Amino acid sequence: MASPMKIRATTTAGVTEVKALMSHPMETGRRKDADGQLVPAHYITEVTALHNDKLVLSAYWGPAVSQNPFLQFRFKGGASGDKVVVTWTDTKGESRTDEVVLS
Amino acid sequence: MKLQRRTFLRLGAAALGGFATAACWPLRAMASAFDAAFKAPDMNGVFKELGATPTPSDQIQFVSPDIAENGAVVPVSITSKLPGTEQIMVLVEKNPNPMAAVFMIPEGTEGFVSTRVKVGQTCNLYAVVKANGKFYSAMRETKVTLGGCGG
Repeated sequence: MASPMKIRATTTAGVTEVKALMSHPMETGRRKDADGQLVPAHYITEVTALHNDKLVLSAYWGPAVSQNPFLQFRFKGGASGDKVVVTWTDTKGESRTDEVVLS
Repeated sequence: MKLQRRTFLRLGAAALGGFATAACWPLRAMASAFDAAFKAPDMNGVFKELGATPTPSDQIQFVSPDIAENGAVVPVSITSKLPGTEQIMVLVEKNPNPMAAVFMIPEGTEGFVSTRVKVGQTCNLYAVVKANGKFYSAMRETKVTLGGCGG
Protein backbone atom coordinates (compact mmCIF):
# COMPACT_ATOMS: atom_id res chain seq x y z
CA MET A 1 0.00 0.00 0.00
CA ALA A 2 1.29 3.37 -0.97
CA SER A 3 2.07 5.94 1.68
CA PRO A 4 -0.41 8.72 2.30
CA MET A 5 -0.47 11.91 0.27
CA LYS A 6 0.39 15.20 1.81
CA ILE A 7 -2.41 17.63 1.02
CA ARG A 8 -2.61 21.23 2.05
CA ALA A 9 -5.48 23.55 1.20
CA THR A 10 -5.83 27.20 2.07
CA THR A 11 -8.64 29.59 1.25
CA THR A 12 -7.91 33.23 0.59
CA ALA A 13 -10.43 35.71 -0.79
CA GLY A 14 -12.88 33.00 -1.86
CA VAL A 15 -10.35 30.93 -3.75
CA THR A 16 -9.01 27.68 -2.38
CA GLU A 17 -5.52 26.64 -3.32
CA VAL A 18 -4.76 22.95 -3.05
CA LYS A 19 -1.26 21.50 -2.97
CA ALA A 20 -0.86 17.75 -3.01
CA LEU A 21 2.28 15.68 -2.82
CA MET A 22 1.75 12.04 -3.71
CA SER A 23 4.11 9.25 -2.89
CA HIS A 24 4.66 7.13 -5.99
CA PRO A 25 7.67 5.71 -7.90
CA MET A 26 6.33 6.80 -11.34
CA GLU A 27 8.40 4.22 -13.23
CA THR A 28 8.36 4.93 -16.96
CA GLY A 29 9.08 1.38 -18.05
CA ARG A 30 12.22 2.56 -19.86
CA ARG A 31 14.64 2.61 -16.93
CA LYS A 32 17.00 -0.29 -16.25
CA ASP A 33 17.96 -1.50 -12.80
CA ALA A 34 21.48 -2.42 -11.63
CA ASP A 35 21.29 -5.80 -13.39
CA GLY A 36 20.30 -4.25 -16.71
CA GLN A 37 16.73 -5.48 -16.41
CA LEU A 38 13.98 -3.11 -17.49
CA VAL A 39 11.98 -1.85 -14.56
CA PRO A 40 8.32 -2.40 -15.47
CA ALA A 41 6.17 0.69 -15.93
CA HIS A 42 4.27 1.76 -12.85
CA TYR A 43 2.84 5.26 -12.89
CA ILE A 44 -0.26 7.20 -11.96
CA THR A 45 -2.70 7.53 -14.85
CA GLU A 46 -5.61 9.32 -13.27
CA VAL A 47 -6.06 11.88 -10.53
CA THR A 48 -9.31 13.39 -9.35
CA ALA A 49 -10.02 16.04 -6.78
CA LEU A 50 -13.39 16.62 -5.14
CA HIS A 51 -14.57 19.54 -3.07
CA ASN A 52 -17.56 18.35 -1.03
CA ASP A 53 -18.39 15.73 -3.72
CA LYS A 54 -18.10 18.29 -6.51
CA LEU A 55 -15.39 17.56 -9.05
CA VAL A 56 -12.86 20.40 -9.09
CA LEU A 57 -10.06 18.82 -11.08
CA SER A 58 -9.36 15.62 -12.96
CA ALA A 59 -6.12 14.76 -14.66
CA TYR A 60 -4.73 12.10 -16.96
CA TRP A 61 -1.03 11.53 -16.56
CA GLY A 62 1.66 9.79 -18.54
CA PRO A 63 4.97 8.44 -17.28
CA ALA A 64 6.63 11.85 -17.76
CA VAL A 65 5.27 13.22 -14.51
CA SER A 66 8.02 13.23 -11.87
CA GLN A 67 8.48 10.72 -9.09
CA ASN A 68 6.45 11.60 -6.01
CA PRO A 69 4.20 13.88 -8.06
CA PHE A 70 3.33 17.35 -6.97
CA LEU A 71 0.08 18.98 -7.99
CA GLN A 72 -1.21 22.44 -7.31
CA PHE A 73 -4.48 24.01 -8.45
CA ARG A 74 -7.08 26.55 -7.39
CA PHE A 75 -10.85 26.51 -7.32
CA LYS A 76 -13.45 29.08 -6.41
CA GLY A 77 -15.25 28.65 -3.12
CA GLY A 78 -14.34 26.67 -0.08
CA ALA A 79 -15.39 27.32 3.50
CA SER A 80 -14.19 26.22 6.87
CA GLY A 81 -15.05 22.56 7.46
CA ASP A 82 -15.28 21.72 3.74
CA LYS A 83 -13.57 18.58 2.58
CA VAL A 84 -11.11 18.26 -0.29
CA VAL A 85 -10.57 14.68 -1.41
CA VAL A 86 -7.80 13.65 -3.80
CA THR A 87 -7.68 10.19 -5.41
CA TRP A 88 -5.13 8.64 -7.75
CA THR A 89 -5.13 5.41 -9.75
CA ASP A 90 -2.02 3.86 -11.29
CA THR A 91 -1.16 1.37 -14.04
CA LYS A 92 -1.28 -1.56 -11.63
CA GLY A 93 -4.82 -0.68 -10.67
CA GLU A 94 -3.76 0.51 -7.23
CA SER A 95 -5.31 3.65 -5.89
CA ARG A 96 -5.17 5.86 -2.88
CA THR A 97 -7.56 8.47 -1.53
CA ASP A 98 -6.68 11.12 1.00
CA GLU A 99 -8.61 14.08 2.27
CA VAL A 100 -8.06 17.34 4.02
CA VAL A 101 -10.54 19.52 5.89
CA LEU A 102 -10.38 23.24 5.21
CA SER A 103 -9.56 25.23 8.31
CA MET B 1 -35.04 -19.78 -48.92
CA LYS B 2 -31.97 -20.98 -47.01
CA LEU B 3 -29.84 -18.28 -48.55
CA GLN B 4 -32.29 -15.60 -47.56
CA ARG B 5 -32.34 -16.75 -43.99
CA ARG B 6 -28.55 -16.70 -43.86
CA THR B 7 -28.41 -13.20 -45.26
CA PHE B 8 -30.99 -12.08 -42.76
CA LEU B 9 -29.00 -13.49 -39.85
CA ARG B 10 -25.81 -11.92 -41.06
CA LEU B 11 -27.47 -8.55 -41.38
CA GLY B 12 -28.93 -8.91 -37.91
CA ALA B 13 -25.56 -9.78 -36.41
CA ALA B 14 -23.90 -6.84 -38.12
CA ALA B 15 -26.59 -4.49 -36.88
CA LEU B 16 -26.25 -5.80 -33.34
CA GLY B 17 -22.47 -5.47 -33.43
CA GLY B 18 -22.75 -1.93 -34.67
CA PHE B 19 -25.18 -1.07 -31.92
CA ALA B 20 -22.94 -2.52 -29.21
CA THR B 21 -19.96 -0.50 -30.43
CA ALA B 22 -22.01 2.66 -30.57
CA ALA B 23 -23.33 2.08 -27.05
CA CYS B 24 -19.86 1.62 -25.57
CA TRP B 25 -18.32 4.55 -27.41
CA PRO B 26 -19.37 7.53 -25.27
CA LEU B 27 -18.16 5.88 -22.07
CA ARG B 28 -14.72 5.08 -23.41
CA ALA B 29 -14.34 8.08 -25.70
CA MET B 30 -12.67 10.37 -23.19
CA ALA B 31 -10.01 8.06 -21.83
CA SER B 32 -9.19 6.43 -25.14
CA ALA B 33 -8.84 9.77 -26.92
CA PHE B 34 -6.05 10.68 -24.54
CA ASP B 35 -4.55 7.18 -24.57
CA ALA B 36 -3.64 7.65 -28.21
CA ALA B 37 -2.22 11.12 -27.54
CA PHE B 38 -0.11 9.77 -24.68
CA LYS B 39 1.32 7.09 -26.96
CA ALA B 40 2.15 9.42 -29.85
CA PRO B 41 5.92 9.48 -30.40
CA ASP B 42 6.25 13.12 -31.48
CA MET B 43 4.56 16.51 -31.25
CA ASN B 44 2.81 16.22 -34.61
CA GLY B 45 1.50 12.83 -33.57
CA VAL B 46 0.01 14.32 -30.42
CA PHE B 47 -1.61 17.17 -32.34
CA LYS B 48 -3.00 14.68 -34.84
CA GLU B 49 -4.59 12.71 -32.01
CA LEU B 50 -5.99 15.90 -30.47
CA GLY B 51 -7.42 16.79 -33.85
CA ALA B 52 -5.93 20.28 -34.11
CA THR B 53 -2.63 22.10 -34.07
CA PRO B 54 -2.71 24.80 -31.38
CA THR B 55 -2.16 28.44 -32.20
CA PRO B 56 0.33 30.37 -30.04
CA SER B 57 -1.35 32.65 -27.52
CA ASP B 58 0.01 35.29 -25.14
CA GLN B 59 -2.91 34.66 -22.81
CA ILE B 60 -1.15 31.60 -21.46
CA GLN B 61 1.43 32.17 -18.78
CA PHE B 62 3.87 29.30 -18.77
CA VAL B 63 6.50 29.22 -16.07
CA SER B 64 9.36 26.75 -16.18
CA PRO B 65 13.06 27.03 -15.39
CA ASP B 66 15.48 28.17 -18.12
CA ILE B 67 18.02 25.70 -16.86
CA ALA B 68 17.02 22.58 -15.00
CA GLU B 69 19.82 20.96 -13.08
CA ASN B 70 17.88 17.77 -12.69
CA GLY B 71 15.68 16.78 -15.63
CA ALA B 72 13.78 14.30 -13.49
CA VAL B 73 12.11 17.09 -11.54
CA VAL B 74 11.25 20.15 -13.61
CA PRO B 75 8.61 22.34 -12.01
CA VAL B 76 6.13 23.82 -14.45
CA SER B 77 3.13 26.00 -13.84
CA ILE B 78 0.56 27.17 -16.31
CA THR B 79 -1.93 29.98 -15.97
CA SER B 80 -4.51 30.39 -18.70
CA LYS B 81 -6.35 33.68 -18.97
CA LEU B 82 -8.38 32.41 -21.91
CA PRO B 83 -12.11 32.41 -21.20
CA GLY B 84 -13.70 28.96 -21.18
CA THR B 85 -10.52 27.04 -20.40
CA GLU B 86 -11.44 23.34 -20.42
CA GLN B 87 -8.14 21.50 -20.55
CA ILE B 88 -4.52 22.23 -19.81
CA MET B 89 -1.83 19.97 -21.20
CA VAL B 90 1.89 19.76 -20.66
CA LEU B 91 4.07 18.50 -23.51
CA VAL B 92 7.81 17.91 -23.58
CA GLU B 93 9.00 17.92 -27.17
CA LYS B 94 11.91 15.50 -27.05
CA ASN B 95 10.60 12.98 -24.55
CA PRO B 96 9.91 9.52 -26.00
CA ASN B 97 6.22 10.43 -25.71
CA PRO B 98 5.82 14.22 -25.59
CA MET B 99 2.45 14.17 -23.82
CA ALA B 100 3.14 14.43 -20.09
CA ALA B 101 -0.17 15.36 -18.50
CA VAL B 102 -3.69 16.51 -19.21
CA PHE B 103 -5.72 18.45 -16.66
CA MET B 104 -9.47 18.79 -17.06
CA ILE B 105 -10.68 22.09 -15.70
CA PRO B 106 -14.36 22.08 -14.73
CA GLU B 107 -16.27 25.30 -14.25
CA GLY B 108 -15.41 27.00 -10.97
CA THR B 109 -11.80 25.88 -11.11
CA GLU B 110 -9.25 28.44 -12.17
CA GLY B 111 -7.18 27.97 -15.30
CA PHE B 112 -4.11 27.22 -13.30
CA VAL B 113 -2.09 24.10 -12.56
CA SER B 114 1.37 23.48 -11.30
CA THR B 115 3.22 20.19 -11.30
CA ARG B 116 6.61 18.61 -11.91
CA VAL B 117 7.61 16.71 -15.01
CA LYS B 118 10.57 14.72 -16.34
CA VAL B 119 12.50 16.24 -19.22
CA GLY B 120 14.86 13.81 -20.96
CA GLN B 121 17.06 16.37 -22.71
CA THR B 122 17.25 20.07 -23.50
CA CYS B 123 14.19 20.92 -25.55
CA ASN B 124 11.05 22.98 -25.83
CA LEU B 125 8.23 22.55 -23.36
CA TYR B 126 4.71 23.35 -24.49
CA ALA B 127 1.65 24.28 -22.55
CA VAL B 128 -1.45 23.56 -24.58
CA VAL B 129 -4.78 24.97 -23.49
CA LYS B 130 -8.15 23.99 -24.85
CA ALA B 131 -10.61 26.85 -24.48
CA ASN B 132 -14.04 26.98 -26.08
CA GLY B 133 -13.14 23.98 -28.21
CA LYS B 134 -10.00 25.53 -29.65
CA PHE B 135 -6.37 24.77 -28.88
CA TYR B 136 -3.81 27.39 -27.90
CA SER B 137 -0.20 26.97 -26.87
CA ALA B 138 2.74 28.60 -25.17
CA MET B 139 6.34 27.46 -25.50
CA ARG B 140 9.40 27.61 -23.26
CA GLU B 141 12.86 26.21 -23.74
CA THR B 142 14.37 24.34 -20.84
CA LYS B 143 18.03 23.37 -20.78
CA VAL B 144 18.71 20.14 -18.96
CA THR B 145 22.12 19.49 -17.52
CA LEU B 146 21.21 16.05 -16.15
CA GLY B 147 18.81 13.74 -17.98
CA GLY B 148 15.40 12.86 -16.61
CA CYS B 149 15.34 9.14 -17.26
CA GLY B 150 17.50 7.78 -14.48
CA GLY B 151 20.79 8.55 -16.26
